[in-house]
Amino acid sequence: MKVVVAMSGGVDSSVVAALMAEAGHEVIGITLQLYDHGAAVGKKGACCAGQDIHDARRVADTLGIAHYVLDMEARFRAAVIQDFADSYARGETPIPCVRCNQRLKFADLLDVARDLGAEALATGHYARLIDAKDGPALAVAEDRARDQSYFLFATRREDLGFLRFPLGDMTKDAVRANAARLALPVAAKPDSQDICFVPSGSYADLVAKLRPEAAREGEFVTEDGRVLGTHRGLARYTVGQAKGLGAASRDGDERMHVLRLEAGTRRIVVGPRASLGQQALTAGEVNWLIAPPQAPLACTAKLRARETPSPAEVRWDGRIAHVTMEKPATAAPGQAAVFYDGARVLGGGFIRAAA
Amino acid sequence: MPQRLADLDANATEPLRPEARAAAIAALDLAGNPSSVHAEGRAARHLLEGAREHMAAALGIRPAQVHFTAGGTEANATAIAGLAHGRRVLVSATEHDAVRRAVADATILPVDGEGRLSLAALAEALADGASPALVCLMLANNETGTIQPIAEAAALCRRHGALLHVDAVQGPGRIPLGPALAVADTMALSAHKAGGAKGAGALLVLGEAVPAPLVRGGGQERGLRGGTEPLPAIAAMAAAIAAAEAWRQTGGAERLGRLKARIAAGVAAIPGVTIIAAGAGTLPNTLSLALTGAAAATQVMALDLAGIAVSAGAACSSGKVGESHVLAAMGLGPLAGQAIRVSLPWTATEAEVDAFLAAYAAMAARLARKAA
Repeated sequence: MKVVVAMSGGVDSSVVAALMAEAGHEVIGITLQLYDHGAAVGKKGACCAGQDIHDARRVADTLGIAHYVLDMEARFRAAVIQDFADSYARGETPIPCVRCNQRLKFADLLDVARDLGAEALATGHYARLIDAKDGPALAVAEDRARDQSYFLFATRREDLGFLRFPLGDMTKDAVRANAARLALPVAAKPDSQDICFVPSGSYADLVAKLRPEAAREGEFVTEDGRVLGTHRGLARYTVGQAKGLGAASRDGDERMHVLRLEAGTRRIVVGPRASLGQQALTAGEVNWLIAPPQAPLACTAKLRARETPSPAEVRWDGRIAHVTMEKPATAAPGQAAVFYDGARVLGGGFIRAAA
Repeated sequence: MPQRLADLDANATEPLRPEARAAAIAALDLAGNPSSVHAEGRAARHLLEGAREHMAAALGIRPAQVHFTAGGTEANATAIAGLAHGRRVLVSATEHDAVRRAVADATILPVDGEGRLSLAALAEALADGASPALVCLMLANNETGTIQPIAEAAALCRRHGALLHVDAVQGPGRIPLGPALAVADTMALSAHKAGGAKGAGALLVLGEAVPAPLVRGGGQERGLRGGTEPLPAIAAMAAAIAAAEAWRQTGGAERLGRLKARIAAGVAAIPGVTIIAAGAGTLPNTLSLALTGAAAATQVMALDLAGIAVSAGAACSSGKVGESHVLAAMGLGPLAGQAIRVSLPWTATEAEVDAFLAAYAAMAARLARKAA
C-alpha cells in the first residue's frame, strides 16, 4: 500500500514511518513546516526549519523512504495561530492542536496524500480506528494515559477510512522500544511539550502581539460585582483556574476560582469552587462521527483534555449540541466537549460561553 | 523507492562532465599547497594557474580577471558586498537569493510578465539617486530561463556611472557569455552548474572596480579570496566550463533546444497547462510549466514519486518548497504557486523527455479527475 506518514520529527511519528516501511508499504514521509522556527525562538540565525524537520529528514533518509517538507506557514498562521489569539481575545481557552488536526493535518495534508495517489494517511496519534457496524469509527487509545482521541473529534467522518493510527494499540514504552529496535536517530528524543509554536513557553506574549486587547489589564470581580483586584489580561486565565489570581485569590477565607471571562468589559468573574460547576452547556461547530442523533443521546462527555469522560445527555438541534452533565462540571469556553460511548468517540464540538 | 527515470533539474546542479571528473581526480593526487615555495607547492601552483588560463581562454578573457571562490553564492556575495561601499545596490526582482540577500538594503527593480527587467524602472532608479549605483542583473533566470537585456542595462549603467554585476551561473553550456562579458564590471560563475564539482565558483573582475574581499586570510586570489585554493574543485571547474562552452558551440545548445521544444509540444494538449515566459528569450534547457489548480509542491512530489526530478521555487535548506518570488514578481498571481521548472541537463535524452511527458500527463489527468 502507498501510504503518506505525517512525520513531525518526534519519536511517535518516526516509529509509525518505520513500522509502515518495515511492513513493506511504500511510505512517503511528509513534514509540515508550520512556523518559522528561528522567529519562534527569537534567536537570530536559527534555522527556519528547526531541529524537528532536520530529525524527520534524518529518519526518512535512514529508512530510505521519500520525504518532503510542505510549507504551511501561511496556512498555520491564519488557521491556527490567529485563531488561537482570537479565541483568547473572546475570553476563551483555545485548543490549537484540534485546529491543526482539523484544518491542516486532516484537511490540506489529507488532500495532498490523495493527490499523490496514496491509499492512506498515517499519523503518530494515540487513538484507535475500529470497525463498527456503521463503518470506521474513532476510539480511545489502548494506552489511556496517552490517549489523544479528544484532539481528533473534528476529523471528518468520511475520512476515517483513509486514516491509520498505528500507535493506538501501543504503549509509549512499546513505541520507544520499537524506536530503539529500529535504531531510529530520534530514539532517545524527549517528548515534545506544550504548544509547538511557542517553544519559549510564553504564549501570552504571542497573544499580546496578535491581539493586544487580550493582554490588557482588567478587573477581577466577585459574582455580586465587588472588585477584588486587577488581572494581567484575559489571555492568562482560564475557567477553573485558582493559581495566579493575586489579590483575587481569596475573598475572606474563601479560595477563589475563575468562573468566567467577559471579553466586552474585560472583567474576570471569580467565585468559590461551589459556583464553578455547571450541568448545562452548549457546544458549536459540532462534528459527528456517527449518524447525527435525532433523539437525546445518553453518553459520556469529556470537557478538557486531562479528565475522564462523565455521564451526560446530548441533544442535537441540527446546529448546536445542548449538553446536560449528570454532575456539575467545569466547562471552559473554547475547549472541546467530546462525546463518548465507552471507548468510541461519537463526536464533539467547541464549548460556547453561556449566553 | 521506484526506479529513477529522468533527472530534469539541471539548473539545481548539472551532472558531472567527464573532463571535470578526470581533472578533479588528477588534482586530488597533488599534495602541494599553491602558496608554498618548494617544488610540491610549485606543482600545485602550476595546476592552479593552468586551470585559470584554461578557463579564461574558454571565456575569451584574461587569466588575471578570474578569481576562484568556493561557489557561485560566494562569488556573488563578494562582488556585491565588496562593491557596495558608497554605492546604492539595485537588483532585479527575479535575482537569486545569493544576490538579493548579498546586502541588507538592496532596492528591488520590477520585471515584466515575462520576467525581463523593466529598463524604464532601471533608468528612473539610476537617474533618481544622488550616490552612484551598483546594478545586479542575472544573465538568465534559474526558474524561468528568461534572458535579461544585459546590453541595454549596461548602456544605462554606463550613462549614469553605475557598475554592473552579472550573475551568470546558469549561462555556461547554454548561451554565449561573450556579450555580457564585454559590458559587465563583474560576473559570477558556479562550477557545479556547468558540470563541475560542488565547492568552486569564480568571480570575474572585468572592469576597473575591484571588490573588497569577504575573506582576507592569506591574500590568495589576488587578495580577493583568502584561503588555500581547493585544487580538485577548481581544476574540475576549469575543465567543466571549457567543455561546456565547446559543447554548446558544437550543437549542444541546439540539441537541448530541440528537447525543450519536444516537451512544449508534448504538454500543449494538456488542459490547464501554461508555459511561463513563453514570450521571452529563454535558456534552451529551461521550461517553466504551470498547471492550473495544482500546487507546485504537489506536482514536484508526484513527479518525484514517479521517478522524475524537477523542482519548483527556490530550494530552501529545509527542503520545503517555498513560494517562488520570481513568478510572484512576474505578476502571475495564483499560477506563481502552480508552476514547476523543467531544466534539461547536458546529458538529457529523448527517452528521458518522453518519460517526463508520460508522467506529467498521468499526473495532470489524476489531479484533473480529482478536481472534477
